[in-house]
Amino acid sequence: MADHSADRSALGDWLHRAADSDIWWSFKSSSLTVVAAAATLFIVVVAFLSPVLAPHTPFDPATLSLSDGLKPPVLVSDDGDWSFPLGTDDQGRDVLSSIMYGTRLSLEVGFASVVVAMLIGITLGLVSGYFGSAVDAVIMRIADVQLTFPAILVALLIDGVVRGLISVQRHDEVAIFVIVGAIGLSFWVQYARTVRGSVMVEKGKEYVQAARVIGLSPVLIMVRHVLPNVTGPVLVIATINLGLAIITEATLSFLGVGLPSTEPSLGTLIRIGNELLQSGEWWITVFPGITLAALVLAVNLLGDWLRDALNPKLR
Amino acid sequence: MLAFILRRLAQSIAVLLTVGLVAFFLFRYVGDPINGMVGQDTPAQEREELRTKLGLNDPAPIQFFRFITNAAEGNFGLSYRTSEPVSRLILERLPATLELSFCAAVFALCIGVPMGVYTGLHPRHWTSRALQAISLIGISLPTFLIGILLILLFSVILHWLPSFGRGDTVQIGWWTTGLLTWSGIKALILPSITLGLFQLTLLMRLVRSEMLEVMRTDYIKFARARGLTNRAINFGHALKNTLVPVITVTGLQLGSLIAFAIVTETVFAWPGVGQLFIQSVQFADIPVMAAYLMMIGLLFVLINLTVDLLYFAVDPRLRGAGLARAGGH
Repeated sequence: MADHSADRSALGDWLHRAADSDIWWSFKSSSLTVVAAAATLFIVVVAFLSPVLAPHTPFDPATLSLSDGLKPPVLVSDDGDWSFPLGTDDQGRDVLSSIMYGTRLSLEVGFASVVVAMLIGITLGLVSGYFGSAVDAVIMRIADVQLTFPAILVALLIDGVVRGLISVQRHDEVAIFVIVGAIGLSFWVQYARTVRGSVMVEKGKEYVQAARVIGLSPVLIMVRHVLPNVTGPVLVIATINLGLAIITEATLSFLGVGLPSTEPSLGTLIRIGNELLQSGEWWITVFPGITLAALVLAVNLLGDWLRDALNPKLR
Repeated sequence: MLAFILRRLAQSIAVLLTVGLVAFFLFRYVGDPINGMVGQDTPAQEREELRTKLGLNDPAPIQFFRFITNAAEGNFGLSYRTSEPVSRLILERLPATLELSFCAAVFALCIGVPMGVYTGLHPRHWTSRALQAISLIGISLPTFLIGILLILLFSVILHWLPSFGRGDTVQIGWWTTGLLTWSGIKALILPSITLGLFQLTLLMRLVRSEMLEVMRTDYIKFARARGLTNRAINFGHALKNTLVPVITVTGLQLGSLIAFAIVTETVFAWPGVGQLFIQSVQFADIPVMAAYLMMIGLLFVLINLTVDLLYFAVDPRLRGAGLARAGGH
């Protein structure tokens, strides 16, 4: 990681170093990665500008008209309407605008749950690796047991428990937080294991001993001295997990235990469309599906590249 | 070998007890079990009596012990949603899920391994490259989307295969099977492909990379020098040595097959335990969730144990190491 110590220097200097680094070179020389990065950037920008770019506001009931319902996409049918390029659903909502707003929600939930998982995983990993002994044993055994179960199952379970604790009406209001928490809690193990491993290596090194000698508190040593040395692997896991988190959110929403249909993500849109699939209105399902697949594929390609680029064994 | 198995067994029991603890906490502290048994207007006095009678006022460790012994006997109480015994609900739906998972695993193995061998033996051929690219897309597509696209193509557009349900089933004892009727088999095709596709791509990529590695080793060169046929080298020598990781991944993936059956069952309205679990999550039907959790925990532990034992069958080195130590060499 050539640009690692550059964080604190001036921006110009940083850019210069970044352009000179191995990572940038490896990025430039893989055309697939450049395409994936461009696609990701495009999807993210369009999704976050959806209030400006989207031709309609699909979830404002005042702007909907049932007479616009179930219009097919313009390119495949003469019944299409150019103000609804990808067609409309049964409520008359524009599919293109729904996708733009839905992608934004999917991305938000994906990012937020990766951050939650990272925070939990890094904290527990640091504590576990730094203090060792009983704390370590307890945290790592919990991690082992949780790893026995697929993440989606853990997320479903957490969601079910929350539904048991609060009433169904209130659930819709807090659904997004529940989903972020559930996905975050089901993905923390990988971070914790990685961070713990690195911390156990790092804590024996002289700079940590020196920090201890000058009387820094364990928290300060962990956060300021040990943590920066484990950012590489954590970043790789985070990128790979972003794709997984987006898929998990979409799956939960598709199963009807994720985001409500008043606030639909891509998964919710696919579920809504799926109910109309049998009667032949394929566009309500297929377009959000393609968007989801493209987004996840692009993010996964980036994650694969980052994993190889940061892997010293492959240099 | 015995020490290894015993250690594994102890670990499995520890995992099961932890899962049991989680299930117990769900069962006991999320939602009130009494509400599922009495009407809205039951007086507090009566509720309290019922509570004492059912032992809900006992100390938590005693309740936990009782919960575990009940669970071991297959007794998980009544569903909040339908008031039926949970064990019966699950048992009724288990055959559907197991048949689906089994067919998906067979599909993934029978297609994934040969594809992996082929792409591993001819890594530069264009079909291998195409298969690699398709497999990357396969990994990025969520299961439910694959299911929906298959339904769109094969049931809505082509009308070849049914899009929901199990078709006609035959009752054998308590087990209902769809494998003995034509409509049952037709109904199994799309869900099995949907469920197995991810495992297929995973297996293919795994076998491919293992084959690539093995084909470079000296003993393969030596086998060629001995003049063995390609067939004997590829399958007798090379493939055999890729089996350990393949068995591990297949075993671990069998567990996630059962978990992802939840998604596939929802897409295809397949009357299995996964669908039951989703309904129980939506209705916060805690007894069913707890029982499902315990069942999945047991299945996973059994699968992991079987995988460990299979290592000994597949890899003679492991057996040798155990014997050598036992023999005091």
